[in-house]
Formats: sequence, structure tokens, C-alpha cells
Amino acid sequence: MTDQPISDSIDTDKIDPEFVDSLVAAGADRIRTCIQCGTCSSVCPSGRRTAFRTRELMRKAILGLKEEVLSSSDLWLCATCLTCLERCPRQIKTTDAIIIMRNMAVDAGFMLPQHKKTAQKLLETGHAVPLDEANREMRKELGIPEIPPTVHSSEEALDDVKAIMKATGFKKLIEGQED
Amino acid sequence: MTVDGKTYSFFLGCVMPNRFPNIEKSIRVVLPKLGIQLEELDGASCCPAPGVIRSFNEPTWLALASRNLALAEKAGNDLLTGCNGCYGTFKDSLHTIHENPERLAEVQKILKDVGLEYNATVEAKHLTEVIYEMDLEEIRKKLTKSLEGIKIGVHYGCHLLKPSKQRPWKQTSRHTFLDELVELTGAESTKYRDKYMCCGAGGGVRGSNVPLSVDIAKEKLDNLIEAEVDCIVNVCSFCHLQYEVSQAQLNKELGEKKYHIPVIYYTQLLGLAMGIDPDELGLGKHMVSTQPFLDKILE
Repeated sequence: MTDQPISDSIDTDKIDPEFVDSLVAAGADRIRTCIQCGTCSSVCPSGRRTAFRTRELMRKAILGLKEEVLSSSDLWLCATCLTCLERCPRQIKTTDAIIIMRNMAVDAGFMLPQHKKTAQKLLETGHAVPLDEANREMRKELGIPEIPPTVHSSEEALDDVKAIMKATGFKKLIEGQED
Repeated sequence: MTVDGKTYSFFLGCVMPNRFPNIEKSIRVVLPKLGIQLEELDGASCCPAPGVIRSFNEPTWLALASRNLALAEKAGNDLLTGCNGCYGTFKDSLHTIHENPERLAEVQKILKDVGLEYNATVEAKHLTEVIYEMDLEEIRKKLTKSLEGIKIGVHYGCHLLKPSKQRPWKQTSRHTFLDELVELTGAESTKYRDKYMCCGAGGGVRGSNVPLSVDIAKEKLDNLIEAEVDCIVNVCSFCHLQYEVSQAQLNKELGEKKYHIPVIYYTQLLGLAMGIDPDELGLGKHMVSTQPFLDKILE
């Protein structure tokens, strides 16, 4: 037995000092000024009912715990209500930082299965929520065009949208995600 | 200031035309009566959604948002939306492009390949913004049916108001513009706890974590029940979906019938005050029955 305190919660090998630089470069420019006051967590509607703590996420990001941050499903508990971004006394764009980390997570292959489905719908139809039979019927009953005048009404427009998603690499990115 | 006769490109998005066409119908019926002309934005796609698609790949989000904006720019109109999520996407993508000229160049290159020119000179407006810019007294003159005695819980949503630095409102918090628009009808906008809180649908939470999403909605619904409102009034198709769908889910989950607050979109409310038939406003096609609310108005 030893009376040494257990202090293995942060493994030095897990620290990537370049991680915070990449967040800053992507637009979370003031993230290093975080003083861990916890305002972000205190106003977070998701944090009220889950173990999600925006303050902890910011701290881990600044420390460079890249793998831990990007692989955690907690990253996807933010409803992007932007309240923390409004209230941060250091004017850190917390919500933007979360979105940047989510982009990095997806790049690294961490995507929730339901989100992959949403992305596939966009790839196939140009809509994240495409028209279904029941609503087609409801549109008719309401006396508005049965098929809305969106990409749903134009093959050509849908082809353009698909071409854009190919050009930005979105098609490849989503198709490369594991199920 | 009056914007009578101004024409906008009407951006539909996904949830409104494909899940709640009754909201779309009410917008198509009511806005022209206010002198706001709507032109179809043919071939528009998903905005794309700020919580999901932007979270997956920001450059794709920016390129598709710019395509939709470019279609309006080509038509020579500003874009009008009735969804806070779409509004957030368009306002924030325009901000990104105005602040970073290299991002405009990146998007122009992609859009050129599909035959579109884009200069980011177009503006995106939420329908509440356009209505609020009008002479409210002139609008009041068009109202024939007073909704006095109706207690309303106003839900603003998030992306309509925030980030406040990139939004047109005078205030940065404790907004009143929607309460004022609601009270034009004679109804009362009731105070309730955490009025400015999120509905819980955004950020990809509704899509990936239904229990969490519904639990956030529950908190707001409980506060609205406590305030004894006759209905919720919202201005976002995704918030609208959240309140419509979550109430049935909560009743099923809890084995009770506690949650039955009618969920009314703003143009439906305004339409009623204009004396328009409830069916013309799509009020007969809600998931949570609007009948108790309509009975109180039309009695």
C-alpha cells in the first residue's frame, strides 16, 4: 500500500498539444482564455439532465485530450441553443467550438448511426427530412402543390445539389462511415 | 417604415413542406394579405440544417446554404423563411462569407460548376422580422376578430435570437417583439418560467437522443401548463414539430393525458385574428387537437 494519491485521471500520453491550435485555427479563437467559471454548464439545458458538462469539454479540449473528446458521444448532447456562447464572460464561441470538434469527430469516423441516416437522406433526396406519402396527401387536401417546388420537383436541381456534395467530399465522408 | 408590396423568395426548407404543410399553407394565405408577396424558390434544397449538417461537415453546409441563397439572389429577391433553423443557417453562412472573403471564393468556385453566380449580396429574413418592420397599426386595422381573453405562451426558439451579434434585434436578451406581434391580436402573452429556453430539438439531439430531447421539451411544457396557457405560439417549424410530437410521446410514456397544449404557428394566430377560416389556416390538421383553443376563440 502506498499513501500516494491516485492521480492517473489525465494520462500524459493522451495529450495532443496541437489539438487546441487546430480548434483555434478553425475558428474557436478565444478558447484558450477560458477561466473554467462554469457559466456555460450552468445555462446548458442538456447539462441540466445529463452528465454533459460544457466546462469539462472546454477544459479537455484546451488540455489536448483529443481522442477522448472526439470519441465521446457527449459531444452530441449539445442542442446548439447558443445560450453558453451568449453568456461566456470571455466571449468564447463555445457552440462554434463544439461544432468544430464535431466536424473533427466525423472526420475521424465517430458518427452516431442516426446521424449517418440523416446525412444519407440529404445525399439521396436533397432534404434531411424528405416528403412522405402522408404529407403528400395532406398537401393535396390543403390545396397547395402536392410536391413542394423544391429539389423534390426538379431532377436537375437535385443533380446540382448532389454535384455540390460530391465536390465538397460529403458523399465520400458519409459513405466511409462505419455502420 | 412600410414594406408593402415587397416580394421575397419563399424558402420552404424540409420540416415545413414535408411534415407540417399546414404551417406552409397559413404562411401562403396570411402574408400576401399583409402586402408581403411570396415567390417560389424553385429547386431549393435543405437549408442545410445547422445542428446536423453543419456539425458533420461545415464546408458542405456553407456550399449548400450558399446555393439556396444564390437562387434567391438570381431571382432578385431577399430570401424569407419561417424556420429558425433555416434562418440560423442563412444568417450565419452569410456572416461567415462576409467576414472571410476566401470562403466566398471557395463557394463561388463550387457554385460555378453548377452554373450559379453568387456574390452574397442577398439578405435572409425571418417572417417575424419582415412583419415587425411593418407599421403595426396598419396591421391592426386588418384584424377583424379580437382574441381577447386568450392566454398565450410565446416560444421564441434559439436561432432566431442568437448569436445576438449577428441578429437584427435591438435587444440581446428578454426580447419582446414576438410578444408584441402576438398581442396585436388582443390575446395576452403570458409570463412563464424559462420562456427563452430551447425546445430541445436542435443540434442533432432530436435525431439521436429522443429521451433527452423530449425531456427538455417536457420542462417547457410543464412550465406552460403551470402558467395555464390556452396555446403555445411558435415561429419555427422544428420547434413546432418538437411540441406537436413530444406531447403524444410524453402521454404515452407517462400513461396519462396531461400534455395537450395546442401548438399554433404565428401566421395561424394572425390569420384567425384576420377572420380567416381555421381550415384555411391548416388548423384542422394538427397532431395535438386545436379544438379547445378554437372553441374559446370562436364561441
